[in-house]
Amino acid sequence: MNWNELGLKMGLEVHQQLNTKNKLFCPCPTELINEEVDTYIKRILRPTQSELGQIDRAALQESKRNLKFDYELYYNQTCLVETDDEPPHDLNEEALDLAITLASLLNMSIVDEVHTMRKQVIDGSNTGGFQRTSLIATSGHLETENGKVVIENLCLEEDAARRVNNDKISNDKIDNDKLDNEEKYTHFRLDRLGIPLVEITTDPSIHDPEQVKEVAYMIGQVLRSTNVKRGLGTIRQDLNISIAKGARVEIKGVQDLDLIPKMAELEVERQLNLVKIKEHLEKNNAEVLEKIHDLTELFANTSSKIIKSAETVKGIVLKGFNGIIGLEVQKGRRFGTELSSYAKKRGVSGIFHTDELPAYSIESNEVEKMKKHLNISPEDAIIIVAHDNDTATAALEEVIKRAKMAFDGVVEETRKALKEGTSEYMRPLPTSNRMYLETDIPLFKIDENKIIDIKNNLPELPEAKKERIIEKYNLSEDITIQLVRRQNVEEFEKIKSEVDIDSTVLGSFLAYNLRELKREGINTKIITTNDLITTFKLLEENKVSKDVIVDIIKEIAIRKDKKQDSQINPENIANDLNLLLLSEKNIANIIKNIVLKNEDMVKERQLGAMGPLMGMSMKQLKGKADGHIVNKILKEEINNLIK
Amino acid sequence: MTYKKLAQDFLDTANVSIGDTVIIEKENVSYQGILLDRSGDSDDEYIVLKLDNGYNIGINIVNAKISLIEGGDKPQINYDNINITKDDEKEDILIISTGGTVSSIIDYKTGAVHPVFTAEDLLKSNPELLDLANINVKALYNILSENMKPEYWVETGKSIAKEIESGVDGVVVAHGTDTMHYTSAALSFMLSSPVPVVLTGAQRSSDRPSSDANINLINSVGAAKSDISEITVCMHSTLDDGYCDLHKGTKVRKMHTSRRDTFRSIDNEPIAKFKKGQISSINTNSYIRRNEKELDLNNKIESKVALIKTFPGITNELIEYHIDKGFKGLLIEGTGLGHLPDYMINSIERANEEEIAIVMTSQCIYGSINMNVYSTGRKLQNAGVISGYDMTPETAYVKLAWALGQSENLKEVKTIIETNIAGEINKKSSIKHFLN
Repeated sequence: MNWNELGLKMGLEVHQQLNTKNKLFCPCPTELINEEVDTYIKRILRPTQSELGQIDRAALQESKRNLKFDYELYYNQTCLVETDDEPPHDLNEEALDLAITLASLLNMSIVDEVHTMRKQVIDGSNTGGFQRTSLIATSGHLETENGKVVIENLCLEEDAARRVNNDKISNDKIDNDKLDNEEKYTHFRLDRLGIPLVEITTDPSIHDPEQVKEVAYMIGQVLRSTNVKRGLGTIRQDLNISIAKGARVEIKGVQDLDLIPKMAELEVERQLNLVKIKEHLEKNNAEVLEKIHDLTELFANTSSKIIKSAETVKGIVLKGFNGIIGLEVQKGRRFGTELSSYAKKRGVSGIFHTDELPAYSIESNEVEKMKKHLNISPEDAIIIVAHDNDTATAALEEVIKRAKMAFDGVVEETRKALKEGTSEYMRPLPTSNRMYLETDIPLFKIDENKIIDIKNNLPELPEAKKERIIEKYNLSEDITIQLVRRQNVEEFEKIKSEVDIDSTVLGSFLAYNLRELKREGINTKIITTNDLITTFKLLEENKVSKDVIVDIIKEIAIRKDKKQDSQINPENIANDLNLLLLSEKNIANIIKNIVLKNEDMVKERQLGAMGPLMGMSMKQLKGKADGHIVNKILKEEINNLIK
Repeated sequence: MTYKKLAQDFLDTANVSIGDTVIIEKENVSYQGILLDRSGDSDDEYIVLKLDNGYNIGINIVNAKISLIEGGDKPQINYDNINITKDDEKEDILIISTGGTVSSIIDYKTGAVHPVFTAEDLLKSNPELLDLANINVKALYNILSENMKPEYWVETGKSIAKEIESGVDGVVVAHGTDTMHYTSAALSFMLSSPVPVVLTGAQRSSDRPSSDANINLINSVGAAKSDISEITVCMHSTLDDGYCDLHKGTKVRKMHTSRRDTFRSIDNEPIAKFKKGQISSINTNSYIRRNEKELDLNNKIESKVALIKTFPGITNELIEYHIDKGFKGLLIEGTGLGHLPDYMINSIERANEEEIAIVMTSQCIYGSINMNVYSTGRKLQNAGVISGYDMTPETAYVKLAWALGQSENLKEVKTIIETNIAGEINKKSSIKHFLN
């Protein structure tokens, strides 16, 4: 595809959890908890007006779903701030400092005064019905191979509550509470709510998907140079995409950076197809009829199980839509899928349409009956939904809404990224109306000296770090990349400063051997830098050979894990494992013995016996003598014998 | 306009005012957005901008340049008008708004939650109340409840009586939670009502989607429609959004600074539970039924009454001060069963001689006082201290003010205090009455 011709514009939003001690507005820990929860509370949410006097369309959409929420909480690891029963505490300055650090690394301007805002989100993921967020910095940039990318905003915000599927436990609770029996609850756990998060947004005018991928990678590198959380779910990427003829679509939850170009391509394809549909509909004089018909009786004798089990069957007529609904707009996703994903927001499992019928055990005579009953022409299409009266009506109202939007071509939406690079409708794009001031938190002036102080102590970015290490320690690029990626550089430098050992030996130990031990199931986390220093000192002092370092460290980890040894001493361990190098005198005795045993061979082959005898010696002295020394002594002993 | 001095001068240079879209340029950065108001008490070196993305930021105006992009109106909160049609099948319920969190919204003049709502706005933001009853709304005050005064109780009582006389089937009083239990006690003593009078409020502001205001209001309207014709407080039962408890107005207390289930019955059980505007369970049948009592208002009150809490190290000066300042009544929040240090007996005796009524309650909050058990208690009784039994200090304080409004005779005041008038004294203590 020719991106320029299409007017492709892309932007990136990266959300990263910070690894602070406390949450953003309360003293709770920032770790997810997988223990059994202590109790639950049940809540509902209603949208409110923002200070500009508007109700946000995304918030309104959520409220129409009329969901009730069940929040799982812990007595000690969560508090009243998360349940929205206590005002937020002061802004976590550790998180603010980290945000300022990141903003500085991204060449951004820090705002003079931070105002915490409430961003209305009433899908239940925030107990207050809003996410607290504040703009910390603007107008930054990153240099990429394909040119400069503007970093628009950096916000500090609280993470949302974690959606959990815990129907079993909560249903027990609902059963006890008979009045609530009929009500549906969505379950959340409060452990994640309030973990500090930075949101970094690029300018939405990147023209090349490869550049977006590159920026995503670079932002990731910047993030990793500071104290951020690692692991699954701690970083989330959203993609903004539009083409000139299309509209802005936000795709949430991009997991794999390599998928970004593919996603861009698929979304552009979707937008182009929607534009085509628009043109087609205009040409056909198509029209969405708003009347919702009750078709239940037409299906009185249906053999379709889905239809039979439903209370009612309702339908609408889309004039001039014949053939459109079955059109593929994105790989494996038809225009009907778009309509259906709107309907699903009202609690139905899907829709049926005439472009695909007869199917699903709906017979052709039933389809014909329906067409006749609704008096449609061959250019028209019918959409039906089978469910109870209210749900079916609400679902079709959504389908009508979405079908009408088809005349606008592409609709501004928030979509969810799917694994294969496609996406599915989530909700309308939120507007700035969702933001209003969080009045429980005082305005926070950022002291200029704080900024200066942070800027003077910025962490080294990974690329710079890599180059410095290669240069300073004459280490291979391979090992260095591993050290940088695994954040072992600091440890490497610390050990190097205390022990005089070969860089490559230490580097490859940290980069590779440690990882292998971990794979073996050894708890490498309990090995301290000090353990490594004392072990490598044995090498420095020629008490052990470099080949047994791994064995000693492994034993240290095992003993620590079993808490066998309160005082870990690598030398004792080496001794226990019989890995200490022998003194030269002892080595000489052993070698002398070997030479005498093989007196005939030595006499016959003279120095030619070095090879085989060296092999025998090393075998016997395994790990306890350095090859150089063995070689030297062996030569002496042979010479002694043949003199 | 709340911008002051420097900030105002700065804005004047470009002739911009709140609501205008402006651009502000600084050394390395520029911001475009709508100029918002700023708290009056803060720095005049900062102005507030709402950027296009919805975020507010504060900008230091030193070395900044401002220019107008486009004029705009000052932002306003508006609700659609609702047509209220009276349904003869439904009860007529009056909501009287006195202010407080339940009827408050963000005030970006001060940047804080403020009671600027009218009673009508309250209804507009809670339109489902109209499904429950014919709702009429009246704004009496617009104050935070910490600013309540005894004379406001008098006026509130008068307004309610007037409305009941004109035929409403029930009254809901929207009130700040901080002193709601004082007001509910005051109304309990002042007003004998043939219809329910329900006080309610909110712990979490109405401008947030999670506010408890809506459910509290719905259940209060439910309670105002019910047969429980008492002065009550109706608030969340638990941290869940589900049930509300209906508490007797004289036996209720705010027990937590921020939780939504802050109101608890003290030495008593809630009368009933409500859900979705309907009664869901009743704890006790000993409540006054609709039309059981005739309307009567006795709102005379003596406001020269003080509430004094004793503590280790308290001195006589505190009592002496109130005597010298002409206070007519003192409510003592004593320790344990109802005690003051014995070195304070002299001052108590002096107060008694000067015809000042002194009532004892306990700072334990729960349980009844008993001044017979220890010698100090007996000495206090001899010095003229009246027992407040199991009344909460707040209820006893209100009752003392009201009793002094009824009579200046110390003996008569004592009789009134010791007589149960509005369920405020439970002579019997149930095992179920603690920490529920």
